[in-house]
Amino acid sequence: MDGMSLLTITVLAVFVGFEVVSKVSSTLHTPLMSGANAIHGIILVGAIIVAGQAADPWVLVVALLAVVLATANLVGGFVVTDRMLEMFRGRQRPPSNAVVPEDRGSVEPVKKEGRQ
Amino acid sequence: MTLLNPTWTALLYLAAAACFILALKGLNSPRTARRGNLIGAFGALLAVVTVFVSVKLDNIPWILGAIAVGSGVAAPVARRVQMTQMPQLVALFNGVGGGAAALVALLELSHTGDPWVRLAIVFTLLVGAVSFAGSGVTFAKLQGLMTTRPVTFPGLPALMAVVLLAAVGAGVVVILNGSLVLALVLLLLGLAAGILLVLPVGGADVPIVISLLNAFTGLAVAASGLVLGNVLLVVAGTLVGASGTILTRAMAAAMGRSVAGIMFGAFKGGSTAGSTAVSERPVRSSSAEDVAVLLGYAQRVIIVPGYGLAVAQGQHTAAELALALEARGIEVDFAIHPVAGRMPGHMNVLLAEANVPYESLKEMSDINSEFKTTDVALVVGANDVVNPAAKTTSGSPIYGMPILEVADARQVVFLKRSMRPGFAGIENELLYEPQTTLLFGDAKDSLTKVLGAVKAL
Repeated sequence: MDGMSLLTITVLAVFVGFEVVSKVSSTLHTPLMSGANAIHGIILVGAIIVAGQAADPWVLVVALLAVVLATANLVGGFVVTDRMLEMFRGRQRPPSNAVVPEDRGSVEPVKKEGRQ
Repeated sequence: MTLLNPTWTALLYLAAAACFILALKGLNSPRTARRGNLIGAFGALLAVVTVFVSVKLDNIPWILGAIAVGSGVAAPVARRVQMTQMPQLVALFNGVGGGAAALVALLELSHTGDPWVRLAIVFTLLVGAVSFAGSGVTFAKLQGLMTTRPVTFPGLPALMAVVLLAAVGAGVVVILNGSLVLALVLLLLGLAAGILLVLPVGGADVPIVISLLNAFTGLAVAASGLVLGNVLLVVAGTLVGASGTILTRAMAAAMGRSVAGIMFGAFKGGSTAGSTAVSERPVRSSSAEDVAVLLGYAQRVIIVPGYGLAVAQGQHTAAELALALEARGIEVDFAIHPVAGRMPGHMNVLLAEANVPYESLKEMSDINSEFKTTDVALVVGANDVVNPAAKTTSGSPIYGMPILEVADARQVVFLKRSMRPGFAGIENELLYEPQTTLLFGDAKDSLTKVLGAVKAL
């Protein structure tokens, strides 16, 4: 593709990017950041191309490292965003005794927090 | 592998790019957010399948193995992470994405003689490396592996200037002759710049830096798309770069600060330095039973959650307390400061986890006028976001940050671990006001006691 078309696409993408998040409420800032973070994991496509065209072993090793990192970004990003969002529910509160079965009456939470 | 013709490849990439736009659009509303994210994941899957059938690739078993390793490590971590540790995980994923972009650009250097392409390579190397190293430092700060306080030393601005100048010099040489050695030097300089960039940023500003680095990684990916001539990378990277920039500005605005002020504030000694001194002034501390009486006979209660709630994993107990109060006919809302917790929207995620409907989570601008008609403002593990010093003390590091006006409420109850100042390290005058009551202890323990006492009323 020639440079001018790429520039056109880039500029239009900038405007779409500005427009699409300009009115988002702060409620969703964290999931939005996380979701956008997952999307740039698409660098995986670039890493696959480079790894698939690697001729010498040194290049292949570095390219495969890039594939691992990019996959972690892409897969981890979407999974963690989905985990955040599955918790967003509308006004359909379950009965109060079903809210936190694992917390009721237990003195010590099962999972320990890593930091204090 | 059978090769797809270029038209079909372009169409599939276009479909993937549309999926990404729909994903970001969907993330604008709680109702459509989850579907939006799934659309984004579908777009990514589509793009990855497309690349396998459209480009002639060698080493496919190796590539599939590397993808398996990456997914095998990231998916379980993402699934199991505690909600409180979400910010550092996002920082980590962002960093590895930036690192991947830098590596891709490095390997493409030998394939091109075009100076414009080399310019894109230099940009990707530098920005990707900054994002990788910067995200690593933010991860260390949030994970508690290093101090959250700003780290500065006398020569820091000069050192940063030297690193950047050297990077520009190395970049120019790489553009002119494509030297691989200097590209590696550039990579190292980028790593150094990333570390130097984030070290002086104070604790409370770290979330904004994550967002900024997220935008950086987007730009690096877009530039790597220019290097590879891949339109999808250009579009996806640019989308993230642009939306990340807007998001960063929105977050900074919520704190009443400029992005430049945050990034360079510590260079001038003006970042959130603060102190951790513990004041000796008298405060009114009280028992859980007294707090329960205050809450149980109120008509309107607003709960203000902060990071202390998250650390104590008290979100479920807070939700139960809200239900118990509502059962007594009391109107209860949660007031969410945009930067409560360690990341904008962090509190919303935590409380959503505890089944609090998002309609009960009120944004600062919507609820601030309601504190005047509120009987009790219950501040759980928050401090800086309700500190009147942001309005009154012009020398304060948080001066200018919009706060939740809890001082307008008839009674203010703080559940605090100790008298230590908050993340920004500034004393809170509100703690010494006559309408303020303090209940010391771990947020979850205190909430559990208050909940028990409310039920016993």
